[in-house]
Amino acid sequence: MVSDSWGQKQVQFNRDIRPILSDKCFVCHGPDAKNREAELRLDQRASAVDDQDRDPAIMPGHSDQSEIMARILSEDEDVRMPPGEHGKRLSAKEIGLLKDWIQQGAEYQEHWSITPLKKPAVPKIDQANKKTSAIDAFILSRLKQEKLAPSKAADPRTLVRRLSFDLTGLPPSPELVETFANDPSPEAYEKLVNQLIQSSHYGERMAIYWLDLVRYADTLGYHGDQVRSVSPYRDYVINAFNQNKPFDEFTIEQIAGDLLHDATLDQKVASTYNRLNRASAEGGGQPKEYLAKYAADRVRTTGNIWLGSTFGCAECHDHKFDSFTTKDFYSFAAFFADIKEKGIVGGANHLELLPVPTAEQQQESARLTKEIAATQTKYDTKSPELEAEFIKWQQSLSQQSGRWKLLTPTSATSSGGSTMTIEKDGSIKASGKVPDKDVYTISLELNAPSIAALRLECLTDDSFPAKGPGRAINGNFVLHKVEAKLGDQNIAWASAEASHTQNNHSPTYIINGNKNGWAILPQTGQTQQLVLSAKKPVSVKSDAKQTLEVKLTHNYGTGHSLGKIRLYAAEASGDNNTQFASPALLAIISIDPAKRTKAQNEKLWNEFKQQSELLKTPRDLLAKLKADKTKLDKSVITTLATKAGPPRVMRILPRGDWMDDSGEIVTPSVPAFLPQPKIEGRTLNRKDLADWLVSKENPLVARTFVNRIWMLYFGNGLSRSVDDLGSQGETPSHPELLDWLAADFIDSGWDIKHLVKQMVLSNSYQQSSYASQEDQKSDPYNRLLARQSRWRLDAEMVRDNALVVSGLMVDKIGGVSAKPYQPAGYWAQMNFPKRTYKHDSGDGQYRRGLYTHWQRTFLHPSMLAFDAPPREECTARRERSNTPLQALVLLNDPTYVEAARVFAEKILLSGNKDFETRLTWAFNRALSRPPRTDEMVLLKQWYEKNLAIYQKSPESAAKLAAAGIAPKTSDLDTIELAAWTSVTRAILNLHEGITRY
Amino acid sequence: MSNSSENINFKNTISRRSFLNQTALGIGPLALMSMLSGDASAQEKNGLNSGVIRTPHVTPKVKRIVHLCMAGGPSHLETFDDKPKLKEMHDQPMPESYTKGQQIAQLQGKKLKCFGPQHAFKNFGESGQRICELFPHIGSVADDICIIRSMHTDQINHDPAHLVFNTGSSNAGRPSMGSWLLYGLGQESNDMPGYVVLTSVGRGGQSQPIAARQWQSGFLPSRFQGVQFHASGDPVLYLNRPQGVELAQQRGLIDTVNQLNQQANSFVNDPEIETRIRQYEMAFRMQTSVPQLMDLSGETQDTFDAYGTKGGDGTYASNCLLARRLLEKGVRFVQLYHRGWDHHGNIKGSMDITAKEVDQATAALIKDLKQRGLFEDTLIVFGGEFGRTPMGQGSGRDHHIKGFSMMLSGGAVQGGKSYGNTDELGYNAVEDIVHVRDFHATMLHLFGIDHNRFSYKSQGLDFRLTGVEEAHVIKDILA
Repeated sequence: MVSDSWGQKQVQFNRDIRPILSDKCFVCHGPDAKNREAELRLDQRASAVDDQDRDPAIMPGHSDQSEIMARILSEDEDVRMPPGEHGKRLSAKEIGLLKDWIQQGAEYQEHWSITPLKKPAVPKIDQANKKTSAIDAFILSRLKQEKLAPSKAADPRTLVRRLSFDLTGLPPSPELVETFANDPSPEAYEKLVNQLIQSSHYGERMAIYWLDLVRYADTLGYHGDQVRSVSPYRDYVINAFNQNKPFDEFTIEQIAGDLLHDATLDQKVASTYNRLNRASAEGGGQPKEYLAKYAADRVRTTGNIWLGSTFGCAECHDHKFDSFTTKDFYSFAAFFADIKEKGIVGGANHLELLPVPTAEQQQESARLTKEIAATQTKYDTKSPELEAEFIKWQQSLSQQSGRWKLLTPTSATSSGGSTMTIEKDGSIKASGKVPDKDVYTISLELNAPSIAALRLECLTDDSFPAKGPGRAINGNFVLHKVEAKLGDQNIAWASAEASHTQNNHSPTYIINGNKNGWAILPQTGQTQQLVLSAKKPVSVKSDAKQTLEVKLTHNYGTGHSLGKIRLYAAEASGDNNTQFASPALLAIISIDPAKRTKAQNEKLWNEFKQQSELLKTPRDLLAKLKADKTKLDKSVITTLATKAGPPRVMRILPRGDWMDDSGEIVTPSVPAFLPQPKIEGRTLNRKDLADWLVSKENPLVARTFVNRIWMLYFGNGLSRSVDDLGSQGETPSHPELLDWLAADFIDSGWDIKHLVKQMVLSNSYQQSSYASQEDQKSDPYNRLLARQSRWRLDAEMVRDNALVVSGLMVDKIGGVSAKPYQPAGYWAQMNFPKRTYKHDSGDGQYRRGLYTHWQRTFLHPSMLAFDAPPREECTARRERSNTPLQALVLLNDPTYVEAARVFAEKILLSGNKDFETRLTWAFNRALSRPPRTDEMVLLKQWYEKNLAIYQKSPESAAKLAAAGIAPKTSDLDTIELAAWTSVTRAILNLHEGITRY
Repeated sequence: MSNSSENINFKNTISRRSFLNQTALGIGPLALMSMLSGDASAQEKNGLNSGVIRTPHVTPKVKRIVHLCMAGGPSHLETFDDKPKLKEMHDQPMPESYTKGQQIAQLQGKKLKCFGPQHAFKNFGESGQRICELFPHIGSVADDICIIRSMHTDQINHDPAHLVFNTGSSNAGRPSMGSWLLYGLGQESNDMPGYVVLTSVGRGGQSQPIAARQWQSGFLPSRFQGVQFHASGDPVLYLNRPQGVELAQQRGLIDTVNQLNQQANSFVNDPEIETRIRQYEMAFRMQTSVPQLMDLSGETQDTFDAYGTKGGDGTYASNCLLARRLLEKGVRFVQLYHRGWDHHGNIKGSMDITAKEVDQATAALIKDLKQRGLFEDTLIVFGGEFGRTPMGQGSGRDHHIKGFSMMLSGGAVQGGKSYGNTDELGYNAVEDIVHVRDFHATMLHLFGIDHNRFSYKSQGLDFRLTGVEEAHVIKDILA
């Protein structure tokens, strides 16, 4: 019998046997039907002891007659189990356990994580003098069995520091430390807990972890890794934790917020959860393939976050260790098949962008909407003067009718290699290659004796970006020159006027050669016109038809050329007001007024209103208000919300192959081996899934969540495999405690702050984390919790710590992602488009780590160095490594050099004058304690050494004292400042500063 | 302050306690550092230099590997796979028997026509290996290389396909092969990272992006991740010390920090502190060793001429030279990405350009390693994440995963060897088919590792580089 750390003699299936069978046998004799050998499954007792067709693998009570033991103990390599190629031999201890188990009757147990959740009784312990919580009772009773005692309480300074990092992710202020350290009252600790958990930084701290689970990032992740906007979701998460939103609501809103009755904006934002998967914008990608990838990604992620399961394995085959089948996998994926999305995204293909205005933006939008309506009414009101003017306008227009004659193109060429096509309607369209710059040369037939003016119609087309009329990415163009030649006579232009003029891009620049040329932003997407009037009419020399050659020059670059044009000529100059009447309008005016349709009359009236001087004031105001509204709408941040549509057909993909359509069609359902939702007669949807997850019958969700929260406060989960509570996961060190916490969590109404407070208020939490050599050997992973654990801070907190200590941190909750300093060229390997990182120069430079722009393929290198995950997949537990790159970051990353410089300034401005008081002030701020004598001595030597160096080299001092873009305190002595910066750099590099003890 | 390397080396180990019994100033920080860095057994304990595999599963044949990743997907039909039949069928419809129901990338829905090889092939070396004449230098080492013409992979887009080549899976979050090797075997150099990545950009095709995830350690601790070296700026991120700080000051800072950490350890007894101190030492060594490595001024003109580079300009040729220097330093895994092979259009002209960018330097690296005695125990791998279609895409070729070529070299593989074949049109690998995971199994085998016995537990599962499908060591190509 093994040394039984549980104080029990009976072999327990879940604790002792399942791990062995799962690890060594289930691959071939487990739930996966396709790879099952000899029809034997050892994960079910019925199969294992069945004796219908052969000797039973297991004969309960008779290990010597059980085939399984014979095979395990066999000397014959061909007979022995597990087979050689499996590579996993059983140890003597494991063989002993199996034997004892069979002798004792080979009883099976349901896997611990899926057994129904019952609240176990709290063990009674005799600790008369000490306040003990339920948590402590479970831990102490186990320690007692092991004949161990808990550690003494951590000293107050360590404790306040620990609690501050654990609850807010930030170091405590020196004032908070002093207050707590000097308050001996028994209530002091609980007061501190309440104070910290009510801080809005609590939500930020919890979000750091939650964002790892949901794989929150600011970019797509595949290929070009383009940016997409989802930051409102991060704000939602922070606020949810701060408002202590119950975990069941939190779950439902994320998975199905969009489906809730009268869903609030917040709930819709929450549903961004479903859209946080990686996505591709790669041109050669097949949408169907990527939709299959996204579907699988959602199953993996949702399965891991809520069920603590490695569901992903079942994408290609039935799970080898747990009871998930491939059918379960695709049926689970079917819950998400209603989400509107594209397989290949990018640009306008993002479905659906949900605007998330701030309260101020909402107000402003309402104001503009109201004013627009009022102005529109004014603009639409008829008056006698207006009607009189309308009649005059029509007369003038009639005179125009027939003035412009279409010029029929005979050829068109492009200098840049665009394909020029002459269309049936007399227009000329450029397509194919989009050259940087382009010159079009067009020959046209002039069917008139002379030309006095040239009209250029710039037409839109669906094939152009933003419909054109230009070929640039935004639909704009810049026209620099229009040269026209009739036969051998050049036509000189007197004036140029356009239907719309972009700021600083006037049509007159076409004539006077200003390099800005004529352009039309923001009025793209509609026809624009240009009229050039000749200095004097040019007549055809002979009677013959003569060719007009027109040359259009576009010099701006990046494809700013016209896309589609049509040209007209007039024999005499016209009236300004109606120059831009379109051919359609001229056609209407030529119709007898009595015969015009209602629509035609309306068109005329509207066109008139666009041009009438009488309506200039309301018209301009309306345009301005509308522009303001557009600008406002554009400034509103969006998120990728979930929007439901008709569900895509979901079928089982054999071996995960998306091209194989032979699999069975499946509908949404939860894994068959778990308690089923009690809904009949209709297809299940996402809301049903969310309800099912947080139903009392579901044993996995509370266990999974509570186990992870435990990890945040004790360093490891009660089951250390926080990402797998399945067969291959670790049996909890304190199974009853885990169940008690999970049941209590549900009883509390899924109250997360209640859960957290229970943990941090326990004596177990408050223990010292000191571990003697002996402790480290006897319980290296601190499974018994006879002490607290200690660990290096998360990447975000390492950054936050330096920002708080230096006083640089911008204390603002939520908002768009921030871009701190990053080495130049780090993004060089990205493409589509190529981009250069530009760090923020304002507040964005000093925001907490969790707001850092999360570029999946090139995560910020400081974050990466401290084990922040790229968040391409759900991450339930970060590694905590200890690397030279971390040393390089703390030593040389401008963020930390600047923090050291500003910290040094603060020291010099602290009012302390001598080295000792200054260093004490600095230590209290950075490490929550005064320096020891040995530290004082060493750092003083270090300070003096640097002071001497900088006195000899004031230029070097000036350079170090100028680190970073944060404003400098001008009247400080740079030599002293540089020497102190050397000291603060040392402090910010200390292991203690980035460790939670 | 002076550099610690000039200091006396305390070979005799002083116990931590005896050190702590001295006053803070009783022993200088420099001496402390020397003491720590000289203590090999402590290094062993901290796992810096050793891997988890203490006893090789099979006899190791190689100690290090250089992976010359031709990113973008080079055409096998214009490199190593000569297809006269495809030439004959140029411009004729691609027989549907090949393409029906097959996955294609940008040619989706297009008419599929055969597109003959755009460059001629020749026999090279005594072995008479068929190689495209665009690669005369590689041809000159034909008897030292092994060409596999029967590769296939799972993913048809660049990013997932690179992931398959590096990690064995198109799912993110798995360790790349360099990380696996460091995890298994540890690193040999004590002033260089064990896994170094260099990149260059070609001029002959689209430069597809390469994600840092390609050299990340996934679920393995991040100390096993690849470290990218840069031709300009800081050669390693954050390597350069701040403005206004001299080298001696940086040394002094590290000594001060290390001593303060060491003193603090008497109160907390935290093994991570020992590691932290060691990592600061390594960081400092890198601040001198990496710039030294990147400084090519000690190389001879003959060497520069052989590689065809002036050096230091971030070109593939310059990176090949750096690769040799890294291998000499004992770096276990050197990975070069040349981003220039995505030839969707004008493959004739583009191949000419891109081949010239890599041909000479690749051959020079092989010859140089030979000359320096490193060839025997280095594995050289040259190839892309996939191949290109026998069908034309205008004047270029689309992505292709059913058959492509790869080249291996080094003392552990047979020189002058051709292995495997595609069909007569170069579409499917049909003979001695090699999947990427077979390459992984073979690579691990050469390092002394049985791929079936080399796993890491994450999420309750034993993950292997070769994944869950069967993988085979390609025994027939081993020397």
